[in-house]
Amino acid sequence: MATFMTGVKAVAKRELNAYFNSAVAYVFIVIFLLLCGFFTFYVSNWFEAGQADLRAFFQWHPWIYIMLVPAIAMRLWAEEKRLGTLEIVLTLPLRPSQVILGKFIAAWLFLGLALALTFPMVLTVIYLGQPDMGAIACGYLGSFLMAGAFLGIGTATSAMTGNQVVSFILAVVLCLFFILAGYPPTINILSGWAPLWLVKALENISFISHFASVSRGVVDLRDVLYFLSFMILGLYCNSLLLAWQRQR
Amino acid sequence: MIKVDRLTKVFGTTTAVDRVSFTVKRGEVLGFLGPNGAGKSTTMRMITGFFPPTSGSVTIDGLPLADRPVEVRRKLGYLPENAPVYPDMTVEAFLAFCAEARGYSGSPKKQRVKSAIAKCFLDSVVHQRIGTLSKGYRQRVCFAQSILHDPPYLIMDEPTDGLDPNQKHEVRQMIRRMSRDKAILLSTHILDEVDAVCHRALIIAGGRLIADDTPEGLRRRSASYGTVTLVLKNGLTDKLKKRFEALDGVKQVEVINETGPEVTLRLVPAARQPASAARILAQLDRERDLVSFAVDRGRLDDVFRTLTGGSSEITGRTANDPGQPHP
Repeated sequence: MATFMTGVKAVAKRELNAYFNSAVAYVFIVIFLLLCGFFTFYVSNWFEAGQADLRAFFQWHPWIYIMLVPAIAMRLWAEEKRLGTLEIVLTLPLRPSQVILGKFIAAWLFLGLALALTFPMVLTVIYLGQPDMGAIACGYLGSFLMAGAFLGIGTATSAMTGNQVVSFILAVVLCLFFILAGYPPTINILSGWAPLWLVKALENISFISHFASVSRGVVDLRDVLYFLSFMILGLYCNSLLLAWQRQR
Repeated sequence: MIKVDRLTKVFGTTTAVDRVSFTVKRGEVLGFLGPNGAGKSTTMRMITGFFPPTSGSVTIDGLPLADRPVEVRRKLGYLPENAPVYPDMTVEAFLAFCAEARGYSGSPKKQRVKSAIAKCFLDSVVHQRIGTLSKGYRQRVCFAQSILHDPPYLIMDEPTDGLDPNQKHEVRQMIRRMSRDKAILLSTHILDEVDAVCHRALIIAGGRLIADDTPEGLRRRSASYGTVTLVLKNGLTDKLKKRFEALDGVKQVEVINETGPEVTLRLVPAARQPASAARILAQLDRERDLVSFAVDRGRLDDVFRTLTGGSSEITGRTANDPGQPHP
């Protein structure tokens, strides 16, 4: 187990450095923070709402992640294939699972860092009122878990192709599906004619419905399990795709 | 020992490698020759476990690659074709990553990285980003990665590709030095390299192994092997010609050039059993007549061309170069 994690750590460290060695990390963080601020303050009119909580902030996260997480994930495998370095990585004495996990952890930690950099929002609420810190912590936890689920999709689509653009577009479309499936307007349209079980099923597989309750401050184990299993599924698909491509 | 047994790889409908078997022992450098697209890289990728064979097996140090991939790879160093490296990393960071992935940490890690840098003459570029380096340096960085853990088995796909003559010489010397206690398999299409560093050579064409011999043995297959060219100052007498023709191992005596009294002769050898130089010289009663004497040791490129079909036809037919296995 210890040697397993050593390998994972080596890969994760390299991937994290790769983000910071190029402009990707800085561009991503700046844009993420700008979008968060823009949506919260200008679109949701957070100041006028007069509530000392961060719901207006968290509600936009799925929509920000839909563009930015695929952008972070697309290079994970596609870049290695393009450079040919996959041949180095996959002939090191590492199991494919170590490489897959290392890459995922690096990207997830990076997203976690970007999320943590939104801390001025928290300071602002504390300054302006008496917020429920538990609810805010839940919101961050939920957002972090949801980012991981998006990333699960992104790493799998990156493993699918050697082209980063293709990987990005596929990931965006898939993420969009998992958001829209539980988006209230979609549910309203469907509930008029579709059978109840279908509406329920769609709602249950959607990020939105699971994220909504967590971001309100209710940590339901089912929601946590949902996001975790989504990540595991994404990584499993990743390993299948990788094995399948090597087989050919 | 690396043991490759009936290794086969089929991509779609093309058979890139077809039942290739051979072994490489410790202390041996095995050259892997063949036209582009013959299946050299594909074979090497299967030996390093980059992708699995369609059928057949690879055993290294008695361990089957298919069952114990991680253990086997610990014993392997691999320099892939075109020396892929991460352009955004510095030389030191890249080597440190490879060392960490191989389980080194702390001072053994630093030691490994340092010695690999020294062995590959990378001291002057340690802190540079690999993307800013020339092709020759990049090749050496990738080379450093392959010998970092001092592996008993080395697989190198065109190790001197893109290097200038001095660097080629350095790399060859390094390979020769390492060959004392390692088993090395290297592919190349520079035939001089085979003579310079290899103890044995394989020729592969269209995915099939068509020769497995020493460089000397391969040259012996060349049509010109053992041909003796003589230049005599005072012409050729009938008597001398007859004496040459009577020698065992001389099939024919040809006069190629006559300028004044000086004559150039070619003694065409009987197949594979040429007469010895001493016996030919013994026929000359007046040795001072001899201006020059040359024995053709055979040419690898002749043999290579003959065995692999001579034209690009073969390359065209099997042009399934899996340079990019992930389209």
